[in-house]
Amino acid sequence: MSKLINQSSKLRMSKKLIYSLLIAAFCISAIGCRYDMQDQPRYKPFKESDFFSDEKAMRDLPENTVARGNLRENKAFYTGKKENADPNVQVETTMDEDGNTVVSSFPNAIEEFPIPVTKELLDRGEQRYKIFCMVCHGPVGAGDGMIVRRGYPKPSTYHNDRLRNAPVGHFYDVITNGWGKMNGYASQIPVADRWAIVAYIRALQISQDPNSKMTMDKSSTDSAGNTDNKDNADNAETEKDSDKAESSENKDADGGEK
Amino acid sequence: MAQLFHRGANNIAKASLVIAVLLAGVAFYAYTQLARSSYLTGRYLEKQQPVQFSHKHHVGDDGIDCRYCHTSVETSASAGIPPTQTCMNCHNQLYADQEYLEPVRASYRDNKPIKWERVHDLPGYAYFNHSIHVAKGVGCSTCHGQIDNMPAVYQENTLQMEWCLSCHRQPEDFIRPKSEIYNMQWKDSNLTAEQRLKLKADYKIRSKELLTSCSTCHR
Repeated sequence: MSKLINQSSKLRMSKKLIYSLLIAAFCISAIGCRYDMQDQPRYKPFKESDFFSDEKAMRDLPENTVARGNLRENKAFYTGKKENADPNVQVETTMDEDGNTVVSSFPNAIEEFPIPVTKELLDRGEQRYKIFCMVCHGPVGAGDGMIVRRGYPKPSTYHNDRLRNAPVGHFYDVITNGWGKMNGYASQIPVADRWAIVAYIRALQISQDPNSKMTMDKSSTDSAGNTDNKDNADNAETEKDSDKAESSENKDADGGEK
Repeated sequence: MAQLFHRGANNIAKASLVIAVLLAGVAFYAYTQLARSSYLTGRYLEKQQPVQFSHKHHVGDDGIDCRYCHTSVETSASAGIPPTQTCMNCHNQLYADQEYLEPVRASYRDNKPIKWERVHDLPGYAYFNHSIHVAKGVGCSTCHGQIDNMPAVYQENTLQMEWCLSCHRQPEDFIRPKSEIYNMQWKDSNLTAEQRLKLKADYKIRSKELLTSCSTCHR
């Protein structure tokens, strides 16, 4: 009899033990919920890493890596340069109105847009221009943006003959690799957007050019875009001839024709 | 043997039942308020950053678009923290010799990222994607508040599930035209309720049932 009592009390004891263990396990797992699940041991963008020596969880691509299908074969589209571009070619330089030495011949830059210039492209270009370029170059490209008013060296205005006559490839190259005090924007602006911005810069130039006879309709219907030169030749022969003669006299160093 | 409790103890026993329930209620209410408090959610708490960076100056005073720095907000889950090179686009010239910008220059020199303090930290089990929100008419300031008025950025909202759901249940109360996404001055009252309902249809925002389905955010 006493044996039986002993056994049942032992049973009760072990039951108690199991219950208290269960409660303890529940409490511990509740704590686990909070921290392990909120901060899971996996990498999220921009997280710090204690594994890699540069402490970045986001890994840089090894240099010269090409993702499948991303070989940049279309040279005109990706570099804005001609197929047979010569990296050692000499360029002419000139002084601009602010006393900066600026380049005035663009022997390697392509002169036609490598993609169709459409209304959509121009709209996209306007939007991107206002994000990335307007801060310095100003709303119409006169080089009077807010950052310039804060003291950044003034960039050249788009509205002079040198840049009106510059080929589109030059603008693309400047956006991609920078120019003078301007850093390259390759990491901030994707390739197609850069061309959209170039198209919008062309539109700005036309809008501010008192001699331009080109209408906006023209650029939207022409597929492979026109450079200003071509347009000038096409549209403004009569009226512009005198002007052009004058300007090419004045700014001979500009090398109006490339 | 004398009675342990006198007769009045009956009333105390009855009252204690009510008091216990009341206390439990008060404790529960206190818990819900504590859980929503800025003490636990981090709401309204300004974070000290390794650089004295002011969104008020760059966005409010200079008028730089959000996307100038947060370039991937339209294309990926993360809005993107700019590389130091983006800072140097301007600060290679402006304030280039100021002491407080030394961490930026050091980062650029040594090619080491600046260690910014994360302000908005979602739990690991919540999926969030910036690009879909800005593509469906949810503006920056709807969640982040008036960033252009924040010298040091703080979390404007609790980032709790009930806050997410308040919009997922009724997105038509919060959405705006896509052209105004990055407009910090936008007010929900700029559009009438009907106009916002029309936007919801135009932007093909899904049903409340789908937007509040568990796997929309917990995937």
